[in-house]
Amino acid sequence: MSNSEPGFSTLAIHAGAQPDPTTGARATPIYQTTSFVFEDTDHAASLFGLKAFGNIYTRIMNPTQAVLEERIAALEGGTAALATGSGHGAQLLVFHTIMQPGDNFIAANKLYGGSINQFGHAFKSFDWHVRWCDPSDLDSVESQIDDRTRAIFIESLANPGGTFVDIKAFADIAHKHGIPLIVDNTMASPYLVRPIEHGADLVVHSLTKFIGGHGNSMGGVIVDGGTFDWTASGNYPMLSEPRPEYGGIVLHETFGNFAFAIACRVLGLRDFGPAISPFNAFLILTGVETLPLRMQRHCDNTLEVASWIKNHDKVAWVSYSGLEDDDNHALMKAYSPKGAGAVFTFGLKGGYEAGVKFVEALEIFSHLANIGDTRSLVIHPASTTHRQLSPEQQVAAGAGSDVVRLSIGIEDVADIIGDLSQALDKA
Amino acid sequence: MNHDRYPDSYIANILHSVKSIAMIGASAKDVRPSYIAMKYLLAKGYEVIPVNPGQAGKEILGQLVYAKLSDIPKPVDMVDVFRGSDALPSIVDDVLALDPRPQVLWAQLTVRNDAAAEKAEAAGLKVVMNRCPKIEYGRHSGEIGWNGVNSRIISARKPVLQRGYQALGIRARPQ
Ligand SMILES: Cc1ncc(COP(=O)(O)O)c(C=O)c1O
Repeated sequence: MSNSEPGFSTLAIHAGAQPDPTTGARATPIYQTTSFVFEDTDHAASLFGLKAFGNIYTRIMNPTQAVLEERIAALEGGTAALATGSGHGAQLLVFHTIMQPGDNFIAANKLYGGSINQFGHAFKSFDWHVRWCDPSDLDSVESQIDDRTRAIFIESLANPGGTFVDIKAFADIAHKHGIPLIVDNTMASPYLVRPIEHGADLVVHSLTKFIGGHGNSMGGVIVDGGTFDWTASGNYPMLSEPRPEYGGIVLHETFGNFAFAIACRVLGLRDFGPAISPFNAFLILTGVETLPLRMQRHCDNTLEVASWIKNHDKVAWVSYSGLEDDDNHALMKAYSPKGAGAVFTFGLKGGYEAGVKFVEALEIFSHLANIGDTRSLVIHPASTTHRQLSPEQQVAAGAGSDVVRLSIGIEDVADIIGDLSQALDKA
Repeated sequence: MNHDRYPDSYIANILHSVKSIAMIGASAKDVRPSYIAMKYLLAKGYEVIPVNPGQAGKEILGQLVYAKLSDIPKPVDMVDVFRGSDALPSIVDDVLALDPRPQVLWAQLTVRNDAAAEKAEAAGLKVVMNRCPKIEYGRHSGEIGWNGVNSRIISARKPVLQRGYQALGIRARPQ
């Protein structure tokens, strides 16, 4: 390869993968094994002591998983990555590495409902405290930062409302206060938005969605931007202090700009265990190779569908930042010029009742709790993904009772619109 | 040389051509970065000679420790520095006083001093700063990818197998 940077599509196919040196297998093999043989006791000790690169046990790392990790790190422009069994597993490991009991973090109130639950309820048991902010009101972010605030968390493109967030503005606030910005880039994927280029320090994904892209495998990933100084403030002892788990090693000093990803692996994944299976890593890797093609088609189809549905008699409103008159269109143009993603929401003039009839009349659309499949998907968030939220939280998250969410697939757009049309007739 | 970003071929050539390395600031403590790098480089077949006045006369990883560079009784190809950036100018003076001179001066992660580097380069040395040879070896062999690190190298060439399980050698040919 020349010394010029490979393009996104080249990375999507090649990064992290090499021919198998013993068999010549060119596709990445599925290393369906729990464990790896040591050369001798010294080699084993080196691996356990973080003194050599290599594999020990599939709860901690696996060669198929590793190719996926390097691939996503390259696509996001990060220094390293760690794959996990789900997006939620990735979030748990990120916060475990950042937070001590009693610490808090700021999170946007426009998030996937499951993340709102994880932060607001599950994390309380660890004595980690979320403070919600309105991502369109930067004062609500900064006014809540205090000396126990350890991070800011946003989605680049919020689920389900489909609104882009001003990543750079959040990064500036975070860095002014010496804390990292964490961005969930699931809905946009690195094909549309690369948050690290806009100042994010860490990126997380549910690989379950567009990156895997075929609705067949759960997965998550943490990408280390390599940008944050974990030692300066003394507030991130997992990285800056000697670790008793490893005889006193200091991870930031030893691993430099990819220490965060290593810490998530050797202090988080190792001890909590949310590992990705090699088979899922393989399926997601196969999906990644076509991410640029699929994502562009998702965006093109969705813009056509949203433009069509907006003019339908029975439709009260549409929220899709790809539409020129959408409130969020300027931010979309700035952050995601190739397209506005595949997920959007709309409401029917007939409200909740009409929405139920519409969902039940669809033929091609699948009614299920996922996004980012090749197939077109539909859901009513208030009764499903955002069910545990209070009515106020639902409205704030863009998931009020009249809201229907679509995730547009890569079928022929005429068939997608045809199905929506016949279902709207029955609503 | 632009010390913000080194061409891959520059680093690969150094890792290929160097055989013996004097490691200034080598630690006897097995969790220190210098110890970890030394252990790795020894496993990759390099001769590593530790330099540390506090440990002089003892052994680290089976290698005799010298108090200062000029005490090493044979020529070395590279000097790898595990000391602060401030120490680099006087280390460069010590390196330039060696006869024969090493070909490469390498300064570890976070260690950088452009004036010292310029002086060494003017005398014909190749200089690498703010990098770790273990990490660079891992990038150029592909080993570092096993731990999810972005090597920033893509290649459809056969990885170079070394002796034993899970051991790869430097892939790129020197140019
Ligand atoms: C934006 C976003 N983040 C995180 C998650 C959680 O990921 P997973 O379901 O893989 O745990 C989801 C899943 O719906 C999501 O949409």
